[in-house]
Amino acid sequence: MNIINFTPVAATIGGMIIGLAVVMFFLFNGRLIGISGIAANALSEKNNRFDNLFFLIGLVIGPILYILFTNKEINITISNSLILLIIAGLLVGIGTRISGGCTSGHGISGLGRFSLRSIIATITFMIVGILTVLIKNYI
Amino acid sequence: MNKLISLLAGIIFGIGLVVSEMINPEKVLSFLDVFGNWDPSLAFVMIGALIVSSPMFHLIKNNKKPLFTDSFNYSKNKDINNRLIIGSSLFGAGWGLGGLCPGPAISSIALLNINSITFVVAMFVGFYLVKFFKLSS
Repeated sequence: MNIINFTPVAATIGGMIIGLAVVMFFLFNGRLIGISGIAANALSEKNNRFDNLFFLIGLVIGPILYILFTNKEINITISNSLILLIIAGLLVGIGTRISGGCTSGHGISGLGRFSLRSIIATITFMIVGILTVLIKNYI
Repeated sequence: MNKLISLLAGIIFGIGLVVSEMINPEKVLSFLDVFGNWDPSLAFVMIGALIVSSPMFHLIKNNKKPLFTDSFNYSKNKDINNRLIIGSSLFGAGWGLGGLCPGPAISSIALLNINSITFVVAMFVGFYLVKFFKLSS
């Protein structure tokens, strides 16, 4: 194992900003942020539809405001294989709905309220994610 | 008012994903590459989020009600079952393949990257398949 590109300060500050969004949504609206649930329900459930849609619109506006106010670019590196991305997207969409949460719903909101169910979900998707990268990169 | 809060919470969450660089799939894949060139940053994102949100959650949940809605509404599901494990495993496999999970994927629509938009469309198809076959938790 080599440790590379480690950015603990930016990661912690960014994480605290995410935590602030979770607190705000809970204090004012009484809900915990879980993005897979919000996204799936925004299009298919009448209940809280506009809250969910506004949240998703905010998620997209956030990076735009960041670019406008900081004048920095956001560079991402993503796979060029559309087949891989389609399979990955389907797995993420199906998996998060079957398990009832993703990195935010189980990994942040669930862990924060000490839910054993979310702790087990988070450990599971981390381990499988690590194994998937291991298989993809080295075999 | 609660819709404005939803919008603001989304914006703040999206900015957090940019500041922490979790919007970049390569950064996420480096976190999962524990046995190769490992970048532990994602763990610090979770720690940062939890330091802020966990104590506040436990304080706020004792309030009579949220400030802008009538009642608290969050999952109290405690079931630890096959669906939790199978669903989380499928999610983990997809996460490890693409380096994208729902939040960063949706935020990255802002960058008009055709690859991440392809992922998001497939993810929504996945949401619908689970709803159609009534498998959701």
